[in-house]
Amino acid sequence: MYKAEIKVFYKKGVLDPQGQAVKGALHHLGFLDVKEVRIGKIIFLTLETEDKGEAEEKVKEMCESLLANPVIEDYSFILLEEER
Amino acid sequence: MRCAVIVFPGSNCDVDCFYVLRDVLGQNTDYVFHKEKFSPNDFDLIVLPGGFSYGDYLRAGAIARFSNAMESVIRASEKGKLVLGICNGFQILLEAGLLEGAMMKNKDLKFHCHDVYLKVENNSTPFTKLYRENEIIRMPIAHGYGNYYASPETIEKLVTRKQIVFTYCDEEGNLTEKANPNGSVRNIAGICNENRNVLGLMPHPERCAEEILKNTDGKKLFESILEYTKGGLFGGNA
Repeated sequence: MYKAEIKVFYKKGVLDPQGQAVKGALHHLGFLDVKEVRIGKIIFLTLETEDKGEAEEKVKEMCESLLANPVIEDYSFILLEEER
Repeated sequence: MRCAVIVFPGSNCDVDCFYVLRDVLGQNTDYVFHKEKFSPNDFDLIVLPGGFSYGDYLRAGAIARFSNAMESVIRASEKGKLVLGICNGFQILLEAGLLEGAMMKNKDLKFHCHDVYLKVENNSTPFTKLYRENEIIRMPIAHGYGNYYASPETIEKLVTRKQIVFTYCDEEGNLTEKANPNGSVRNIAGICNENRNVLGLMPHPERCAEEILKNTDGKKLFESILEYTKGGLFGGNA
């Protein structure tokens, strides 16, 4: 089994209104050295496969078809082998 | 005109759309449940109503696009049938790739529920023929994810092909930042595809289509569609 940890974030250049709001709040709390805040999603999923290559291919397909919207988002992921 | 209103789990403007098409316009109208499939020739107009399909999980419209009904909608659109996506319906059309671009959270992170002024940027579509070019109209909006985004190259293409149909403006028709409720690029409120048979817009024409509501600016959109399907304005089609 493989566990995938998928990160989905807005592309560089796409304004992230939530990140902006949180940055404002952090500044308000006195954390004035905060330069940039980006908010995204982390998706964990487990795959019933023993083949790392297959797991990688499937996760890529999932990201491109559903988990990320290529118009505004980039994705990255790591795979961790899990004991059954 | 035969009309379909697609019902997803979480749709909440389906009844309003159905009412306007059947009772206000007097057209043959059916609900189509998201699990159903239909043939491209079953309907002249397919409406994807507003709401929160699948709870807006992941992204607004992201999950609805994989339903059975959407497969049929895509096939019908390829055959030139008219597809109208309102609010969440617009978001679904973007996710399905029937229209270009994507929706993001409103710039001020607030849910906006009020009337806006719109400019009819293109009145030579099946959906807008009864409006005057550059006519200023008023429609209600109600959304949290209406911040339309597309790459500069896509926007350029939308402009040259006249695919921008509605923009947010002030009462005089100026596209100001203040008149833009959600931060959308170029004040975009609605766009169509290159073939002009698919329109998506964030405002709700079905909520301003009757005298009793003190605003009938949205009714013209549905009447335009009706004229088009009768062949009255474009010299015959559908």
